[in-house]
Amino acid sequence: MKQFLYFGVFALWVAMIAATPLLADNYTIRIAISIAMFSGMAVSWNFIGGFTGYPSFSTAAFFGLGCYAGAIAQRNGIPLVMAWLLATLFVAVFAAMLGAIILRLKGHYFAIGSIAIVDLTRLITSSWGSLTGGGDGLNVPLLQGSPQEVSALVLYVMLAILIVAFLTSIYVDRSRLGFGLKCISQNEEAADMVGVNTTSFKVVAYTLSAVFCGAIGAVYASWVGYIDPTDSFSILLTLKVPVMVLLGGAGTLLGPVLGAGVFVMLEEVFWANFLEWNRAILGGIIVFLIFFLPNGLLKIQYRTLFGMLMQKLREAPKEAEKSS
Amino acid sequence: MDIIQILLNGIVLGSLYACIAIGFSLVWGVLNIINMLHGSFIILGGYLAFFAWQYSGVNPVFLLPIIATALFGLGYLLQYFFINKVVSSPVLTTLTLTFGLDMILYNLMTVFFTATPRRVTLDLGTVNLGDMYLPVDRLMGMGLALFLTALLFVVMRASKIGRAIVAVRMDRQAATLMGIRVNNVYAITFGIGAFMAGAAGVIFSMVFPITTNLTGTFLGKAFIICVIGGLGSVPGALIGGIALGLIESFAGYTIGPQNATTVGFVLMLFLLIVRPTGLVGVKGYE
Repeated sequence: MKQFLYFGVFALWVAMIAATPLLADNYTIRIAISIAMFSGMAVSWNFIGGFTGYPSFSTAAFFGLGCYAGAIAQRNGIPLVMAWLLATLFVAVFAAMLGAIILRLKGHYFAIGSIAIVDLTRLITSSWGSLTGGGDGLNVPLLQGSPQEVSALVLYVMLAILIVAFLTSIYVDRSRLGFGLKCISQNEEAADMVGVNTTSFKVVAYTLSAVFCGAIGAVYASWVGYIDPTDSFSILLTLKVPVMVLLGGAGTLLGPVLGAGVFVMLEEVFWANFLEWNRAILGGIIVFLIFFLPNGLLKIQYRTLFGMLMQKLREAPKEAEKSS
Repeated sequence: MDIIQILLNGIVLGSLYACIAIGFSLVWGVLNIINMLHGSFIILGGYLAFFAWQYSGVNPVFLLPIIATALFGLGYLLQYFFINKVVSSPVLTTLTLTFGLDMILYNLMTVFFTATPRRVTLDLGTVNLGDMYLPVDRLMGMGLALFLTALLFVVMRASKIGRAIVAVRMDRQAATLMGIRVNNVYAITFGIGAFMAGAAGVIFSMVFPITTNLTGTFLGKAFIICVIGGLGSVPGALIGGIALGLIESFAGYTIGPQNATTVGFVLMLFLLIVRPTGLVGVKGYE
């Protein structure tokens, strides 16, 4: 029953985003693309951060590598879709190899290691000028078609990635893999003891958390037409994605999608009004989130909250009578 | 450029790095929190030094105690009112919270101070020893950094609050039973971390141009030094800092300065995997 509800809500939401090119202007389509893109990355992060409970902050490394792999493949004459697939494959292999190494670390050391990966990939990209263009960045061949067609195409590709990621997360949630990951999140030693192959489970979760980010990065690079190391391997991105998941509810299926949607729209409202304060606003959202919504939007007891509110409303007239 | 010059540069740089990392290592070791604010504290200290110097003309060396104390206050309040509430939560929560606070501080600094690189220029000349030469301001920075490190070492060893911090680090529960107010100790420890960061910032503003864009770089150095030197020990951070200074100095000479930072990160990842307690990591906190 619950599964149907998830499917229904998700399908409705995707349909709404998918309808934007038919109904709305370019500005709205751009927001829709952002939502699809960040939802995809949030769903990916949920595999390692939500199900497995590992504080991974390497999203930006996968995204950036996806950007560069896609761009370099296209510049060397590989056709568009092949380049995207190649970038995805490259990031998946990279993440699997990296995961086998850094997933031996736990807690704080893993967090530091995963942040260092972002810095390291950025530094290597900016100093390997002959391949990546260094700090000057790289021009990516533009997509064919009018601006409307291009943004619609990008939107549908991003949505397709999101749907695949979401279906994968439903599958993982219900499979042995997901069960094992949740065991690892609760107590890794005990999980290991009862026969969960923790190392390979973690590597699979880490790879899943990377592969969609790589694909999204490659598509993003084609969409914007120009990439540089600071933007692609942005420390802000690596923070934003976990925050979105925490906002929605880590470890849940719909949480990441909800969190990403709410976050992107909040950001859009704030950006329109206070452009130079965007980092402080991100910080403010984080502080609010940690103190007032520690379990995310999905885990709020709405029924209790509603009941309390109704009680307050019912009492209000009485209070007014008393005081008058 | 001969080997001794590289060695000297490395040691000077390394003492400054040690000063950066000590506060970070202390907070991580005692509170078990990765303080993402550390880089911004350093830059804040540097900017305050620059503006105070520009306004009053007083040598930043004399401003250092005031600025560092102001940062102690900021750190104390942040820990007392925010971070203490989640201090025993999983790393994802604490790290995200300090990251968020860092975003706010960073944004405030860019808006009020702008990101223009600034430097306190004292023009003290250079010292020549044979065919090596060293700018006097760097030597002074190194002296100050080493002095502060020694001071912290003494405070940890000999003062009442220092012993209380060590006790909390060793066993939080037992420390509570001995009548130590753990939350207060946490706030003071975080304050000391901010104090050292502010002092490091003042020193840096006399030696290099500083700008808000450097917060991440400084934070990265602190990560690497903590992994080399182990957590929460003053000598460990000193050794880690000087090791990193030397490595960067040699790497900058042999494979180019743009790759020096990369070498540090690669070394850190390697060490994390083979020896996560650090090369000179110790259990207690002497």
